[in-house]
Amino acid sequence: MLLRHTTADVTERTALTINPAKTCQPIGAMYAALGIHACLPHSHGSQGCCSYHRSTLTRHYKEPVMAGTSSFTEGSSVFGGQANLLQAIANIFDIYDPDVIAVHTTCLSETIGDDLVQIIAKAREEGSIPPGKMVIHTNTPSYAGSHVTGFSSMVKSMVGYFSEPSDIRSRTINIIPGWVEPSDMREIKRLVGLLGAESIMFPDTSDVLDAPQTGKHVFYPKGGVTMPALRRTGESAVTLALGPTASEAAAKALDVKCGVPCETMTLPIGLQATDRFIDAVRLHSGHGVPVAIEEERGRLIDIMTDMGQYLQGKRVALWGDPDQLVALSEFLVDLDMKPVYVVTGTPGKVFERRMERALQGRVPEAKVQQGATADMFLMHQWIKQEPVDLLIGNTYGKYIARDEDIPFVRHGFPILDRIGHSYFPTVGYTGAIRLLEKFLDVFLDRRDRDDPEERFELVM
Amino acid sequence: MPDTDNLIKTVTPLPDPEAAKEALLKSYPTKVARKRTKHMVVNDPATLSAIQANARTIPGIITQRGCSYAGCKGVVLGPTRDIINITHGPIGCGYYSWLTRRNQTRTESDAEHNYIPYCFSTDMQEQEIVFGGEKKLEAAIQEAYDLFHPKAIAVFATCPVGLIGDDIHQVSKRMKEKLGINVFAFSCEGYRGVSQSAGHHIANNQLFKHVIGRGTTPVEGKFRINLLGEYNIGGDAFVLEDLFERCGITLVSTFSGNSTVDGFERAHMADLNCVMCHRSINYVADMIEKKYGIPWFKVNFIGANSSAKSLRRIAQYFENDELTARTEQVIAEENEKVAAAQSRIRPRCEGKTAMLFVGGSRAHHYQDLFKEIGMKTVAAGYEFAHRDDYEGRRVLPDIKVDADSRNIEEVTVEQDAELYNPRKSADEIAAYEAREFHFNDYDGMMPEMEEGTLSIDDISHHETERLIEMYRPAVFCAGIKEKYAVQKMGVPCKQLHSYDYGGPYAGFQGAINFYEDIDRMVNARAWAFIDPPWKTRTSPKLTASYGDQ
Repeated sequence: MLLRHTTADVTERTALTINPAKTCQPIGAMYAALGIHACLPHSHGSQGCCSYHRSTLTRHYKEPVMAGTSSFTEGSSVFGGQANLLQAIANIFDIYDPDVIAVHTTCLSETIGDDLVQIIAKAREEGSIPPGKMVIHTNTPSYAGSHVTGFSSMVKSMVGYFSEPSDIRSRTINIIPGWVEPSDMREIKRLVGLLGAESIMFPDTSDVLDAPQTGKHVFYPKGGVTMPALRRTGESAVTLALGPTASEAAAKALDVKCGVPCETMTLPIGLQATDRFIDAVRLHSGHGVPVAIEEERGRLIDIMTDMGQYLQGKRVALWGDPDQLVALSEFLVDLDMKPVYVVTGTPGKVFERRMERALQGRVPEAKVQQGATADMFLMHQWIKQEPVDLLIGNTYGKYIARDEDIPFVRHGFPILDRIGHSYFPTVGYTGAIRLLEKFLDVFLDRRDRDDPEERFELVM
Repeated sequence: MPDTDNLIKTVTPLPDPEAAKEALLKSYPTKVARKRTKHMVVNDPATLSAIQANARTIPGIITQRGCSYAGCKGVVLGPTRDIINITHGPIGCGYYSWLTRRNQTRTESDAEHNYIPYCFSTDMQEQEIVFGGEKKLEAAIQEAYDLFHPKAIAVFATCPVGLIGDDIHQVSKRMKEKLGINVFAFSCEGYRGVSQSAGHHIANNQLFKHVIGRGTTPVEGKFRINLLGEYNIGGDAFVLEDLFERCGITLVSTFSGNSTVDGFERAHMADLNCVMCHRSINYVADMIEKKYGIPWFKVNFIGANSSAKSLRRIAQYFENDELTARTEQVIAEENEKVAAAQSRIRPRCEGKTAMLFVGGSRAHHYQDLFKEIGMKTVAAGYEFAHRDDYEGRRVLPDIKVDADSRNIEEVTVEQDAELYNPRKSADEIAAYEAREFHFNDYDGMMPEMEEGTLSIDDISHHETERLIEMYRPAVFCAGIKEKYAVQKMGVPCKQLHSYDYGGPYAGFQGAINFYEDIDRMVNARAWAFIDPPWKTRTSPKLTASYGDQ
């Protein structure tokens, strides 16, 4: 057994997190920053942070992930990291020539109390920031929130640094996609395009973290939201914040700063959440929903009606980020499945209320938990008490899947051992079809493996 | 169709190395260039130049280096299965070092402890940053004990711990007394030192002070050794364990691949320490020798020739005819398979070039493997090694201890009153040395590199790209952070930290695995398809054809 020390006996823990269902803020800030065109993320802390974040993002995307570090030593920890960051900013513009450097802090620089606003002002004063270039920052203390918080904070900082208040009100819709994959961002843009709406998506990692092999390493790939587009977000008609945990802070900041009204929505994963998203874009764009989208929806419903027998009543355990878990749970309930165990390490009581709505009163036995000790160890203990039919979550679930012999669909971050998430979306109706295909594949493969010979089915 | 049978087979004339070095530095700001030039040497075995190493990385340069915590918890302590490693700090450090280094381990049954698939963290919150985290740490140790009853618990400090002043050593000491199991701590905050290397040293010190020598159960076996600096990435240690067993050598402990705390505690019962990765573990070898009288020498089990040489050295050390005979028999058996693989693969790789920028020993050791299939290493460097790993231990007296190294403890070691037992007398050692059989020595990477090749320490991303553009090597060896940028340049990148999830590469079977993987990699058809056919057509003349002809 891989996790041989995990037993069904749940004891209360107050101090020890085991097999966490979250990681720390800075990696989220780094991921968000990669969604700005020609932006080099920069980690203000020890080298290890930057190395770990780059490694994890690289393993997830199998793509280059470039970022700088302030390379703190004991000296900088005592005297502050100003000298290191000033050097870093000057060197990065000289050597790597980005349009934007997006600095995020770490638990080290936060504990020291480095004032990034002042340091960036000093860099500008010293002439290290070339004309037209920007250095932005966000505070990402690793000892609060989670990786999703870091993502949210960096997106909010994009508003703070770039969005310009304007007297003009365009018809453009700002879309903050939340922490989703490049494939999802591409899909959301496609759907919005089909609905005839103009949009600015930020951040946007499509064409950044799914770059083609051309024989050349394009240091700043063609994707990412540009600085001019970010500035124009202040004149848009509305902001759609997809997933409150990852996107609402930025949308609200944009409302406060530029008076762009915002609407926070569930991530458009699954049927109903996609319905709501499409409807919202329809209302804001003033165009009707094209037949093409209705047909996509129809194909999804077709599979739900045709293949429901293999899904109905199945018990599911999920772990990951709040926005994904809420959307996935709602979809599972719509499939007559039962999300019975749902954990996220990302703290926040609001998650429990959102989950209650997502479960629509249909899974009274569901156990939902958030925060430090809402970890994969606890979820595994619950599974030991009463098993599930399906696991949905990041790669770390494979240890439970193998030990307990439970079908497993990878979703979320990080996925370290499979490809596909960068290329095939799980948002929208086609994304939901992909999820259904994955669920059905693991369930039916399991039947093909386990059914007695006399009951082995050719047609399913 | 592109010619996929004849990829990158011949080496174009290599660039002039001095000019290449200049080109690497050209677009740097003057200050940066002035620092970086000291980290680059054009090799000349006749006159070894000094290289700058183990120095601070320039902020913003895009380094591949990690931190002290990664070196301590991730590298040295991570592979031991029956210690509960608790990361004291915010969640990230524990998370990123959770199962990501491929340290394989094997137990006989599920009754044995194995915590490698688990991640333990105090998940420090703002409250602890403000009011201190000692109480939470103490509670976490208690909870770990209550849940698992492990043999030992180790505590690892992350950056903020040192700043807020949590005394993790005092907490560990208290809990050790309370729980009656070994509890010890590592002050491996990420900002210590200039790279992972500081963490290795800190790990070595604490293992020596708190673990090694505690065991009392005697170790059976005639030829007892420890293997130091072997972390069982991809199963390397399994291959070596098998080789030793077949030769009749007893492996007391490995630091720290496929290892147990029991093995560490009895390490002082071995009669020889064999050092694989000099950089990460030489401190333990030195300290054990001083305290217990166990000599050490450098071995290398990467490459078939080196593996044979290392096995022979062990046999020579024990001066036993039976051991020598068995060792020779094992080498002969293995070499037969190796020779067959070489003759199959060498013609497919001969003359191609390689670059290696990784670690503290692999950039050296893996050159042997490339040599065995006729490939030439044109540039190599370490991420976190010191001058002695480049130039050999002869330069140790010349290395100035700077502020970043001075704050890492140098443990004062004395001969153990009861357990000190010099395995070889001074005269015996002298006799070996007279036969060119050296103890406590490592010649380093640079003396073995050909004239005109480059050694580059702590290579930056910028330098990596320029180097690849100039040399177009057939394969570039590095880690995950470089992997896909290099491949986007149309050059295959072999990961030498994770082996691209392959391996083992140690010993004779490992060598064969490596030859095969490199052959597959440098001769893969995919590389030839990068340009679409319509782009490689030279003249835009109109052509037409029927069907697929």
